[in-house]
Amino acid sequence: MGLLLAVGLQSGVADIISTVEFNHTGELLATGDKGGRVVIFQREQESKNQPHRRGEYNVYSTFQSHEPEFDYLKSLEIEEKINKIRWLPQQNAAYFLLSTNDKTVKLWKVSERDKRPEGYNLKDEDGRLRDPSMITSLRVPVLRPMDLMVEATPRRVFANAHTYHINSISVNSDYETYMSADDLRINLWNFEITNQSFTPDIVDIKPANMEELTEVITAAEFHPHHCNTFVYSSSKGTIRLCDMRTAALCDRHAKFFEEPEDPSNRSFFSEIISSISDVKFSHSGRYIMTRDYLTVKVWDLNMENRPIETYQVHDYLRSKLCSLYENDCIFDKFECVWNGSDSVIMTGSYNNFFRMFDRNTKRDVTLEASRENSKPRAVLKPRKVCVGGKRRKDEISVDSLDFSKKILHTAWHPSENIIAVAATNNLYIFQDKVN
Amino acid sequence: MAAPVGTGARAEDSGHEKQDFQEKESVIPERAEEAKLKAKYPNLGQKPGGSDFLMKRLQKGQKYFDSGDYNMAKAKMKNKQLPTAGPDKNLVTGDHIPKPQDLPQRKSSLVASKLAG
Repeated sequence: MGLLLAVGLQSGVADIISTVEFNHTGELLATGDKGGRVVIFQREQESKNQPHRRGEYNVYSTFQSHEPEFDYLKSLEIEEKINKIRWLPQQNAAYFLLSTNDKTVKLWKVSERDKRPEGYNLKDEDGRLRDPSMITSLRVPVLRPMDLMVEATPRRVFANAHTYHINSISVNSDYETYMSADDLRINLWNFEITNQSFTPDIVDIKPANMEELTEVITAAEFHPHHCNTFVYSSSKGTIRLCDMRTAALCDRHAKFFEEPEDPSNRSFFSEIISSISDVKFSHSGRYIMTRDYLTVKVWDLNMENRPIETYQVHDYLRSKLCSLYENDCIFDKFECVWNGSDSVIMTGSYNNFFRMFDRNTKRDVTLEASRENSKPRAVLKPRKVCVGGKRRKDEISVDSLDFSKKILHTAWHPSENIIAVAATNNLYIFQDKVN
Repeated sequence: MAAPVGTGARAEDSGHEKQDFQEKESVIPERAEEAKLKAKYPNLGQKPGGSDFLMKRLQKGQKYFDSGDYNMAKAKMKNKQLPTAGPDKNLVTGDHIPKPQDLPQRKSSLVASKLAG
């Protein structure tokens, strides 16, 4: 794989982390949590005095993005949990990101302030108003340096557009629009206009009769370069690619990706484990990667009838499906990520394990994100799950796996070998070993 | 698999079939798991992973709040002091003034109670 991992930094975060995302340069790393907060980490600048400190991420800004709400009309409790964060490409000194819970998307501006005005005429330094009759001369306020302050302000709130629960947001490569997807519909928004999304929705799969509902939208993403193209995945294991140039409502897909199923293999669990929990375009835009319960698949956009690569994440769980169904783990939604050069893909598993697959060498590795096994600067040791038979000393048996320790969210730096792994309420950042 | 009682030749055939089925079950662990599940919950829906799951997913977050109960309890409050969040959080009618936070999540009748992560 060529990736030796050293533990760079680990942070405890108060609440369960629900999303992790690097910005386009990798300088910033944002996390959203179950309590509706966003925490942004910033990478320390390289310094000649302390060369080994390169790559450490420290807290840059923290703010409350969403609050819990109760929709009395529908008797619906709206969680404040942040489902997704997506950064906008940087266009000026400030940083912009989108954060969303189940119902509302917000555009946040994160900016630095390192100067403050001093020498007002009408108020003194404490802010108290001065008596105008006592003022005998005028002065011009000047800007003086102050301690760096990072402030986050909500610039737009995109609300009341989703009847169902938002699972994805994706910024268009035109930087002017973005989409938000819920279980049955996908909306297109213009950043400047908040009181309505483009109507009708660009995708609407709600059947006229809800009894006929057979599948829901599970994830959606814009093509990284072609602003008219996007994909969305379904609970039935299919992916549809749509072109917005063909019609305002993209209910007819341009391409339909589905792997044929062997009908003799079909079981009660087939559809549930085929449900796609995440879909991601490669950086090149030539491939899409999908994650279902047991595998990660890579698809070539030019071949719709089957994936070009399939990687087994934790196939040993096939003989545990009954208990995984009973404890609801079978519905866990794992995400997947590409590295910067699209040569390695990564996804999480249980017991705080996460897996990496090198697409070129076909080698894979299982690593663990846990305090006991990660001392700062230590190299991560590959882990192995023992499937029946003799268990070797370092291996862990399937029955000993902790299913409450699941790694659903991971992120890969856009150009370097730095990864962020969210293990429940802890954030781990690992990087290539620097000699 | 019930084999019909018949001639010797018939019994032999169904014996082969039974062996094939068992082999198939051991080859596909999912089928064995499915059998386990059906043994535990014989009334589980016929449609595998069908619209029951999807409907539950769409209804996540549903909490029922009865404004009638709320107003009745509020009216009673004028007469006597009652605790608002009683020790029994399941008591949401009658004297107890329910708040949205007090309401229990509506329990599902299916085995799978959570679909959203």
